[in-house]
Amino acid sequence: MRLGGRLGAWLEARLQLAEPLKKTLEHPVPRSSASWFYVFGSGALTVLILQLVTGVLLALLYVPSAGEAWGVLQVLNHQVAAGWFIRALHGWGSNFMVAIVLVHMVQVFLFGAYKFPRELTWVVGVCLLLMTLGMAFTGQVLRFDQDAYWGLGIGASIASRVPILGPAIVNILLGGPIIAGATLARFFALHVFVVPGLLLGLVGLHLWLVLKVGINEWPMPGRIVRRSSYLKEYNELTHTDGVPFVPDAVWKDVVFSGFVLLAIVACAALLGPFGPSGQPDPTIIQTAPKPDYFFLWLYALLSFLPPAAETPILLIGPAVALLVLFALPFIAGEGEKSWKRRPIAVLSVLLVAVGLGALTHVAQHTPWSPVMDAWSSEPIPAKDLAQRTAVERQGALVFQVKQCHNCHALDGLGGERGPGLDDVALRLTPDQLIRQVIQGGGNMPAYGKNLSPAETTALVAFLKTLHPAGQSPARDASRATGLDTHP
Amino acid sequence: MSVPEGVSRRGVFVRLGLLFNGAVALALAVPVLRYVLSPVLRAHGPGDEAWVSLGEVVRFPPGQTRLATYRNPVARPSDGDTAELPCWVRHVEGEHFQVFAINCAHLGCPVRWFPQSSLFMCPCHGGVYYADGSRASGPPERGLFEYRWKVEKGQLLIEAGELPTPGGRALASVAAGSSRCA
Repeated sequence: MRLGGRLGAWLEARLQLAEPLKKTLEHPVPRSSASWFYVFGSGALTVLILQLVTGVLLALLYVPSAGEAWGVLQVLNHQVAAGWFIRALHGWGSNFMVAIVLVHMVQVFLFGAYKFPRELTWVVGVCLLLMTLGMAFTGQVLRFDQDAYWGLGIGASIASRVPILGPAIVNILLGGPIIAGATLARFFALHVFVVPGLLLGLVGLHLWLVLKVGINEWPMPGRIVRRSSYLKEYNELTHTDGVPFVPDAVWKDVVFSGFVLLAIVACAALLGPFGPSGQPDPTIIQTAPKPDYFFLWLYALLSFLPPAAETPILLIGPAVALLVLFALPFIAGEGEKSWKRRPIAVLSVLLVAVGLGALTHVAQHTPWSPVMDAWSSEPIPAKDLAQRTAVERQGALVFQVKQCHNCHALDGLGGERGPGLDDVALRLTPDQLIRQVIQGGGNMPAYGKNLSPAETTALVAFLKTLHPAGQSPARDASRATGLDTHP
Repeated sequence: MSVPEGVSRRGVFVRLGLLFNGAVALALAVPVLRYVLSPVLRAHGPGDEAWVSLGEVVRFPPGQTRLATYRNPVARPSDGDTAELPCWVRHVEGEHFQVFAINCAHLGCPVRWFPQSSLFMCPCHGGVYYADGSRASGPPERGLFEYRWKVEKGQLLIEAGELPTPGGRALASVAAGSSRCA
């Protein structure tokens, strides 16, 4: 017994924990699993503990009231000693948590650790991923600012699309018919009681399973998992080539956890807390709400889905994704574990990573949204105004005043909703320009009712000049031919 | 009295006890469920949706579209600013108005009115609507949500109280036929 001291002996006589604890800590694990690739699970657990501690600290001051929460965050940021730092730790801890859980999941997937007999460990792990994302989303709501308010509106709009039950789900989600005090209160209850409760219970189950079923051995190409023989092979492995978990394997976990904590502290200290952005006053509509980093990909996806397919994809997509994740260990419970012999697994991970990464990237500059103030903040490039006629310059004025610039870039400045117009005269003839402006189409509003004939003439005169020097603008070939043959 | 093999008196008591607990739990579940589901059960109760004033009609000049705000008919102490809601009022002409919800018909973000180009634009995913609320471009599948409105004693009133959502049922849409009811 290493508990030492008379107090220790006194406690041990009553608790009798030393023996089971020693057995647990020193249980043999395959030597190959004492690896730097096996540190992400314990890293996630460390961050979870940090989140619990900082969460309790924040709860000392936080008030889950729609009228007061935002003000309390200001107090935390600016008045309470180290309040900003605790908020920053909790916010960065959240980002690290999601990131480490995802890395852990990818590692488990690529190392085939979900295969027999660890199916349930994987299933519980998928639930833990959902809980982690649930914590991230509900936490974002508790930072009750403009993004949180309109983010709830986005959530409600998606939920409302569920057939038949949609409106009822919205009311349950919001705690009433609108986003208000009751909404924040229930997200507080979810973030502070319900989801953490489930999360802790599931973490306990996850760890129990890791202890009972054993840690995955390093996958060797050609070592095939079979339900009939695996348990015996694993047992032999841990006993012939096993090491005690403590200290042989755990020291890497401890070192990694230390680095993770240090990274969170560094981010929190150097980059500070997240928000809050503007106050949650819905009458302040000069806002462009955006979700937190790990939901940006979804934000981007929602702008790229074709309108008619959006509702089915939104409702069926997550169900299919979850089904695939839950079914994985039962479909592929045997066979090769090594990623070197599982090209489809590697490609799937790459595909998902590239997909999510690309969507996250475009969501950071939202090319699909009009730039609301481009018409008054981005000037027409001087080269497009030099040596132009009065009508053409008048057209440039129409271009600005009618907010064309919000969606169309000139010389790289302005919106990207529609195509850039630096070479529009190469692509469209004057007649096609008039038609496009008046009738719209191809996702452009029709400006027919909005432009006087004189304005249209001027605008098209300006657009006709937009082509690179030395290249002649588009012309109507049939008309040109007609003119040539019948002068 | 003969007791079947394997069933002890105490075993029966345990089961009876569990049954008793189950019955009490069931009785408890009724008020608990009513409490949890109260947002749905009261969604269309009296007072949830009501006529609220947007102010004097003269505040909305004919031919213009202006932002108006109203206080949600059901406001609680903890609502703070969230009980004050905005909407767009378009005074078409004479006694004819259109009152649009601020929420984009795509995902509920606040649309902005640009009088110069006579368009509503949404900052989130680029939904655009014409002056009459009909869809112009972008991901929305329909026009802006419209409130029912009426003019009484020089005041413009709308029937408000529920967040308009694409799957919701509260408000009429432009596409589904305008709501002239004054």
